[in-house]
Amino acid sequence: MERLINFIYEYRAFLTFLLLELSCSWLVIENNQYQSTKYFNSSNQLAANILGFSQGVREYFSLRTINEELARENASLRTNLEKVNQLRDNYFPADLDSTKADQYEFVSAKVIANSTSLYKNFITINKGSADGILPGMAAISNDGAVGKVKSVSENYSVLISLLNVDEQISCVIKKTNHFGSVRWDGLHQRYSSLLFIPRHAIPGVGDSVVTSGYNAVFPEGIMVGVIRKANLQEETNFWDIQIELSQDFGRLSFVDVIKSRLKNEKDSLEQITIGVAK
Amino acid sequence: MSRTGILQFILFFVYVLIQVLVLRNLVLFNSAFCFLYIVFILLLPIELNTVALMAIGFVLGFTIDIFYDSMGLHAMATVLVAYLRNYWMATITPQGGYDSGSSATISSNGLQWFLVYALPLVFLHHLVLFFVEAAGFVLFWYTMLKIVGSLLFTMTVITLLQYLSPQGRRV
Repeated sequence: MERLINFIYEYRAFLTFLLLELSCSWLVIENNQYQSTKYFNSSNQLAANILGFSQGVREYFSLRTINEELARENASLRTNLEKVNQLRDNYFPADLDSTKADQYEFVSAKVIANSTSLYKNFITINKGSADGILPGMAAISNDGAVGKVKSVSENYSVLISLLNVDEQISCVIKKTNHFGSVRWDGLHQRYSSLLFIPRHAIPGVGDSVVTSGYNAVFPEGIMVGVIRKANLQEETNFWDIQIELSQDFGRLSFVDVIKSRLKNEKDSLEQITIGVAK
Repeated sequence: MSRTGILQFILFFVYVLIQVLVLRNLVLFNSAFCFLYIVFILLLPIELNTVALMAIGFVLGFTIDIFYDSMGLHAMATVLVAYLRNYWMATITPQGGYDSGSSATISSNGLQWFLVYALPLVFLHHLVLFFVEAAGFVLFWYTMLKIVGSLLFTMTVITLLQYLSPQGRRV
């Protein structure tokens, strides 16, 4: 017993080292799980306040751009609204199925922290569970898809940015209707990759890539990017496609978080049918 | 708590704030980062034992992790540096040994010694940080580029700060 205690005492530095590194590894692995409601991230009240202060200072210098962007967004929304109104009047004179029509609700939030140059980038926003945000919801901006909610606190949430090598979203090429997954390759903040487009498809440079709506997180048809390069290797089954993201993550200031009312219904239906949980 | 203790306690928060408010937003060429906070571990008093160093390193790394949303990543790299610091320092003891109560600064041991001391430790820190973040060696050369770029950036800032700090004693 005494020898054991002596041994532990003698190697206390190394043993503490092992203990700490093991707990760090555990934390790293734990954090890679997709959805988590951990307390120790930037949605934590104090951390978010500090980051918000820093963003506030920086934002002051880009007020003009932000204003322009918001004005542009307003204009395009008004155009769309007008279009939809006319369509509805022409094609659906009777009352619409309100469950379907109100399927998605949008919560606007301000970005208070954002990174673009790490391999795993996250975005912190200033709305949380108090506004009904839950892990797993999608976030978009005027330009296109932004990411998914990873964890929430009362007033803040952390999003997994599309610029995160762990994030994958289901997309289709608008022109040909072939679907695949968009996943960032970790290299350039303007470009991402579109995976799993089969050999027989013919993607063209400049084709739009939009969300497919298959997993009910993102609504169908949200812009993700346009195809920039498409290569077909001899021996592979899939195209090697690089897309240019429509959202410039370097200048993200506002996002809309999408609350999907029918997500639970869709998920549970799929679970019953194919026995696979999303 | 002694006077040095209180000073170090305040410095801890100064480094964390500088890191998350300023340096977090400062990335050169989209690949060179400055992780200045690591110098806090390097400049702690020479006599401090390894266990205490690692505990401080863990808390420091963990705090940084909260702001970078990278649970455990910075803590892991910082604990490694804290563990190796004293052994490395013992290996490169200058002639005549260290003055008691001094820190590992340029003013007490000279620029050359400081570079020999800090460079490998900072390199190791970045190595662990970026490869664990990349979760493998798929982007090996790009990750190496990030590591070397960040190493140069961090080392430059660390060295310049040594010359700028009052009396050159500690920052």
